[in-house]
Amino acid sequence: MEFLSNVINGISLGSIYAIIALGYTMVYGIAKMLNFAHGDVIMVGAYVCFFMTSRYNMPAVVGVLLSMFVCTVLGIVIERLAYKPLRQATSLAVLITAIGMSYFLQNAAQLLWTSNPKVFKSVVGSGSIELAEGLHISHVTVVTILVCVVIMIGLTVFTGKSKMGKAMRACSEDKGAAQLMGINVNTTISITFAIGSALAAIAGVLLCSAYPNLVPTTGSMPGIKAFTAAVFGGIGSIPGALIGGVLLGIIEIFAKAYISTEISDAIVFAVLIVVLLVKPTGLLGKKISEKV
Amino acid sequence: MKKMKKVVCFGLISAMMLSAFAGCGKKDSASEVIIIGGTGPLTGGAAVYGNAAKRGAEIAVEEINALGDIQFELKYEDDTHDAEKAVNAYNALKDWGVQISLGSVTSSPCVATSAETFADRIFALTPSASATDVTADKDNMFQMCFSDPNQGSASAQYISDKKLGTKVAIIYKNDDVYSTGIYDTFMNKAKELGIDVVSTTTFTTDSQTDFSVQLNDAKNAGADLVFLPMYYEAAALILAQAKSMSYAPKFFGVDGMDGILTLEGFDTSLAEGVMLLTPFSADASDEKTVNFVKKYNEKFGETPNQFAADAYDCVYAIYQACKNGKVTASMSAEDICDIMIAQFTTMKFDGLTGNGMTWGANGEVTKSPKGMVIENGVYVGLD
Amino acid sequence: MRALKTINKTSKRNFITIGGLLLVYLAVLALKEGGITSNLINGQLVPICAYMIMAISLNLTVGILGELSLGHAGFMSVGAFGGVLVSTLMRQVTDSNLLCLLVAVIAGGVLAAIAGLLIGIPVLRLKGDYLAIVTLAFGQIIKSIVNILYIGLDSEGLHVSVINKMDLAEGGKMIISGSMGCSGVRKLSTFTFGFILLLLCLIVIFNLIQSRTGRAIMALRDNRIAAESVGINVTKYKLLVFSVSAAMAGMAGTLFAHNFSTVSPTKFDFNTSILVLVFVVLGGLGSMRGSLIAAALLTLLPELLREFSDYRMLVYAIVLILVMLGTNSPTVRDFFGKLSGRIKSIFMKKKTAKEENANG
Repeated sequence: MEFLSNVINGISLGSIYAIIALGYTMVYGIAKMLNFAHGDVIMVGAYVCFFMTSRYNMPAVVGVLLSMFVCTVLGIVIERLAYKPLRQATSLAVLITAIGMSYFLQNAAQLLWTSNPKVFKSVVGSGSIELAEGLHISHVTVVTILVCVVIMIGLTVFTGKSKMGKAMRACSEDKGAAQLMGINVNTTISITFAIGSALAAIAGVLLCSAYPNLVPTTGSMPGIKAFTAAVFGGIGSIPGALIGGVLLGIIEIFAKAYISTEISDAIVFAVLIVVLLVKPTGLLGKKISEKV
Repeated sequence: MKKMKKVVCFGLISAMMLSAFAGCGKKDSASEVIIIGGTGPLTGGAAVYGNAAKRGAEIAVEEINALGDIQFELKYEDDTHDAEKAVNAYNALKDWGVQISLGSVTSSPCVATSAETFADRIFALTPSASATDVTADKDNMFQMCFSDPNQGSASAQYISDKKLGTKVAIIYKNDDVYSTGIYDTFMNKAKELGIDVVSTTTFTTDSQTDFSVQLNDAKNAGADLVFLPMYYEAAALILAQAKSMSYAPKFFGVDGMDGILTLEGFDTSLAEGVMLLTPFSADASDEKTVNFVKKYNEKFGETPNQFAADAYDCVYAIYQACKNGKVTASMSAEDICDIMIAQFTTMKFDGLTGNGMTWGANGEVTKSPKGMVIENGVYVGLD
Repeated sequence: MRALKTINKTSKRNFITIGGLLLVYLAVLALKEGGITSNLINGQLVPICAYMIMAISLNLTVGILGELSLGHAGFMSVGAFGGVLVSTLMRQVTDSNLLCLLVAVIAGGVLAAIAGLLIGIPVLRLKGDYLAIVTLAFGQIIKSIVNILYIGLDSEGLHVSVINKMDLAEGGKMIISGSMGCSGVRKLSTFTFGFILLLLCLIVIFNLIQSRTGRAIMALRDNRIAAESVGINVTKYKLLVFSVSAAMAGMAGTLFAHNFSTVSPTKFDFNTSILVLVFVVLGGLGSMRGSLIAAALLTLLPELLREFSDYRMLVYAIVLILVMLGTNSPTVRDFFGKLSGRIKSIFMKKKTAKEENANG
């Protein structure tokens, strides 16, 4: 029983990592850049939803939609201003700009909304479903998992079937060739960021619904963990992000429950290293053959 | 092209640097104000504590300056809760001509700055850096808050005296100096008093989201009291998660827990029955507190927490010592330091966070913590 | 002068870098002794030396070997805590500050090099972002371990425990106490010591890059398979670079720790690793001179922005983004290129006009 309850707790935590990781992996897969500001877009999304639902008492749906809208716009603006001019530069240069963006968003949030922590009101209520005697699964977890699966299927179908999705995959393979085939690379990448940021808004709302502590640095640590999860599952792979996130959550809870809470952080990362040593491109990552 | 890159880079940065350098300038030492300065995290993850302290001190300075005898000028510099940056911030204050220091708001930066103030012979009184290393072996470093050992052993004593719990669980933050400091002394005292500690678990900044394992451990061990030596944000998460798994022991906190009731969006019913030892509560009805809370609310639109109250008291304590010791603005920092040490080790001070406070030669304050319990969303005295 | 002409271009550049560094050192020392620089600047001299060493050592991994590392602060942490431990022990034997610090720096370097070798093993199997995440993980592991490490010294000798504090005999002292880290560290680091250490590291790196080994490493970076096919030993060179780079970071850590009276494990977190990476990328991959300049400027920048008070870190972020755009974006670069071209042409015109006047 205790084991099962730990598994459920692990899935709860992992589903949150997974939903953040989906956004990471989406952007990485197409634009081939680590968007370190992703975690901070999550934070902005959560703040927007918080103000809508708690301050102005709007229904949760309005809050979520509005925060998706704000984040999408923010994502596009960030992309235009900070990433687009660096299309030709090395990926490390873009990485540093993304880090600068992350500092910027955190400090802007602090100036706008103060550093006082806020308690986020869950958008799906605080109840739970009893699976068996003493075995609960909260509504937030159920919703998060459902949303994850829906997003995963949605993204897979979108990138696999739609015209825009195909353009995205083409850009991811070879930007130059894609351009020659008449694909507008800039627009495609902008749209990728728009989708990634909308996903970040959803992730932010669900993250804060599950763990309702909202401060300007809320997004940074879950962001790093989710990035880890995305790499764990094989970065760029959409199902990989989901599996990586959930597994990371379960490993974290198990490390705390069965080994020691004091060194759980170290254990999580040690497991990660071992897994990557066995499977060097993550669980579902593509093996790329090297050519000279 | 490569040359161009450098030109651009240099141009941008040197423009910034020049503008910043030009802004520097030493204070006019002939002015009639005593210059006090402190460092605290005004940005970053711990910004809430630094900003609160800064605001509390600002209100006190305003009030004192309005009285018309001794004039203060206050400056807070950002240390981002980092020892290295705290030393930089302190050096910036020194360049500005600081005469009395308010130390640093958080513990490890304050250990670093206190070594500097000690070497420079500048008197320092920290509002809230509670680690013992802050004051250890430094004759000119004083604390306004309880030291960590004081809090830990007082909590253990209180729990044992009032027989609040038979089986105690502890959850603490093991990468935080404040939290581990209280935990260490609590455990020592608990052993001495024969308190049965059945579960000890930890978390870190990196894992400050999910507490299911820690709470399950406490629940399975049958703990009827959970001791939470931590700040209120983490405590709020723990209370919410305990409720969702329908675990309802008594919760016992320390002064870092204060502020939980004014957390925006917090469901105060979650904190029903939570006990805490704190020297300050914003709900107290004495004239001083009411006045302070009102002013703070008017000025900053929020309710002050204990950091603000501690910093407010610091400025008033310095004021009292300056007045009694006849300190004037033209004295050197070193002379002021000697007078302040003599004053602080002999004077009695009444403030927001306690009456009849005294300081020992080691710099630690003696005041009595008040046991509080939260009932219907407000603090009620426990005695 | 003739000697300068005969050596190759890279050597010349290196000599200029070292010479420039020496000049800056002498100038700063003179200003400091003359009491002209502010306390703020004086307090930053040792940390800047430490960050410069961090930057050039990371540049060796990222710029020369071409592997992204996100855990460089972990080695700094090993060096810092190992160094403090050794210097405290050395204090029992000798009273000489310099000797204490020297032994501590060497010990810090050796300990960090061992950590670097450990991290080098996965390096052989992984690449790109997967390697980056493993280095990040190593950094986090080191941080969590130091966080629960307690080392105390008393009359009975050295005591080590994890998670909980141990009881020490009368007169005993904690050297490393978990999340508190080390406190009461004696300030042994001096600007001159830091500078000499920096210079030594720089010379080692220059020589390494110029040597046969350096060429082999760069061949690995540019094309691993081609390099392997001509018989370059990947394992050997990668491990070499990782351990040399880690050793230097460890020495920087020891230097850094001995400049403050306290050092805590959370200082060496992911953010510090990222900060050092920013130095390297901003300075230019593979360019040691760039790393040195970027490290110094970016360490000073937030302090010089104190004028902006509340907006300080916001301005810092904006400057960082602008500088990255300015140095990497073709559009912005063209704009500045044209601008400077125009300014130049104005000056040229004036000059020619003047000359004409003079002639006329």
